[in-house]
Amino acid sequence: MRRLSEAGTAWAYVFPACLIILGLGILPMIWSFILSLQVSDLITPPEWIGFKNYEVISRDPHFRAAVGHTLVYTALFVPLVIAAGLGLALLLNRRIRLIGLYRTLVFVPFVVSATAQGVLFSFIFESHFGLANAVLRWFSIPPQGFFTDEHQALYLLVLIGLWSGVGFCVVVFLAALQDIQEELVEAAALDGAGRWATFRYVVWPALQPVTIFLLVWQTLQALQVFDLVFVTTRGGPLESTTVVVFFVWQQAFQQFNAGYAAAAAYVLAFVLLVLSIGVRFARRRDT
Amino acid sequence: MSAEPLRRRRRGRLPFSPWHLVLVPVTLVFVVPLLWLLVSSFMSNAQINRFPPTIIPDSLHIEGYRYVVRNALFPRWFLNSAIVSLAVVVGNLIFGVLAGYAFARMRFRGSRLLLAVMLGTLIIPFQITMIPTFLIMKKLALIDTLGAVIVPSLVTPFAVFLFRQFFLNLPREIEEAAWIDGCSRLRTLWSVVVPMARPALSTVAVLTFLTTWNDLAWPLIAINNDHNYTLQLGLATFQGQHRTQWSAVMAGNLIAVVPVLVAFLAAQRTFIQSLTSSAVKG
Repeated sequence: MRRLSEAGTAWAYVFPACLIILGLGILPMIWSFILSLQVSDLITPPEWIGFKNYEVISRDPHFRAAVGHTLVYTALFVPLVIAAGLGLALLLNRRIRLIGLYRTLVFVPFVVSATAQGVLFSFIFESHFGLANAVLRWFSIPPQGFFTDEHQALYLLVLIGLWSGVGFCVVVFLAALQDIQEELVEAAALDGAGRWATFRYVVWPALQPVTIFLLVWQTLQALQVFDLVFVTTRGGPLESTTVVVFFVWQQAFQQFNAGYAAAAAYVLAFVLLVLSIGVRFARRRDT
Repeated sequence: MSAEPLRRRRRGRLPFSPWHLVLVPVTLVFVVPLLWLLVSSFMSNAQINRFPPTIIPDSLHIEGYRYVVRNALFPRWFLNSAIVSLAVVVGNLIFGVLAGYAFARMRFRGSRLLLAVMLGTLIIPFQITMIPTFLIMKKLALIDTLGAVIVPSLVTPFAVFLFRQFFLNLPREIEEAAWIDGCSRLRTLWSVVVPMARPALSTVAVLTFLTTWNDLAWPLIAINNDHNYTLQLGLATFQGQHRTQWSAVMAGNLIAVVPVLVAFLAAQRTFIQSLTSSAVKG
């Protein structure tokens, strides 16, 4: 009797979380796959077409361009954000006056929303009167088009991503650095290890788990970049910043090709899944 | 080693650590854009359209703020965002505590599988669920209301998992003493367990507030009527429509940024600890 009532209570406690997490997580995931096998505009009844959406998408030049932009963004952003994060963390890992203030200020952009960042940097990189062109003029560099130049817009997005994203890497690296026992570093120094050798053989191995975590985390984030693109360029100029999630959003909610959009989303999700499962396995084998 | 170079070094020594010479410029890179946001929000459009811009304006103007409050729906959007964030934070605290407690302390059939599936949903990317979630919200007649923004985030697997981990690390004896004294399960949870869970509660509250307040993608899909925009969605749309009124855009931007900045500075330690602990352990 007691047992039964405990199970009943437990289910009552778990029910709201179940309903929302499964109902708006698992159910949409399956539904989305079904959608990807259909032609659907979200209003009229859908029509079954099997895997045709996937076939068309593999040959769609717009989708291929979106994949290309996403890969360029990710390939630039991830190594840079981690390298900069590590460099800054090493720089900030010392006991001097005002160090807390420096750490806080480096991290602050991380809490600023992608929308606010996008609006702010659209203003700073405004091609006619923006602050960025004023600074360039000061160095006698001719004014740049920035977001209006299709050869610059994507790289500018990487730069903004770095400005706001590096703070997260810094705090994670700092936490890991502070976990390294000081005796270990001192012992290495006593044994005659120089700065570089100490870093290479004592500090770096200790940082490896968090580096892998950051690598995966930042890659997943970069492959799914959307908000910043929506606010700054809406995929332009000349589709030069159309990334995959923006393509999915456009297809689903602007062009009303929901089935096609779902197929594109599944292609990306498949990559993300393989990536996160692959890393988990690789990590398990290590430990 | 003679004393000579030593003395020279001492004489040329800076009154502060030389690291500041590196740290100050590096930090400025992160701070200057935000300072420029603050300064330009108090400029007039005439001042903004000047090139090169005056870094320190000769006079302060509040025309941007006036425009944003009178001619746009910013106060309304601010209220909407506050309602949504409050509802989502409270929802995550209540439902997260309930589910986390059940998973940590109670035995029921299928609990392990259920927990595993819930955690599995953490890796489902948003772009996969967004279209069906839109359709479900439409069926529930919630599309274009704040409800559509609130409901999908009302409880997240992150909150459930975090509370479960926290409760697993609490000693059982205190709760057992409460039962023996005749307290019901819910009563024990409310008056014994929850007060001990302060750190976990603040972690969930702070991180949930940040992600909810800052979200753009889902409100963009779920809301059409501009009276129901959240602040981020309103700001993005407003900027798209008022490309010539930068002073108003910057004023609106500052209004959107200040609440998270205040929340962050007030709870900085909790903030950074919760971020890093989920990173380093996860």
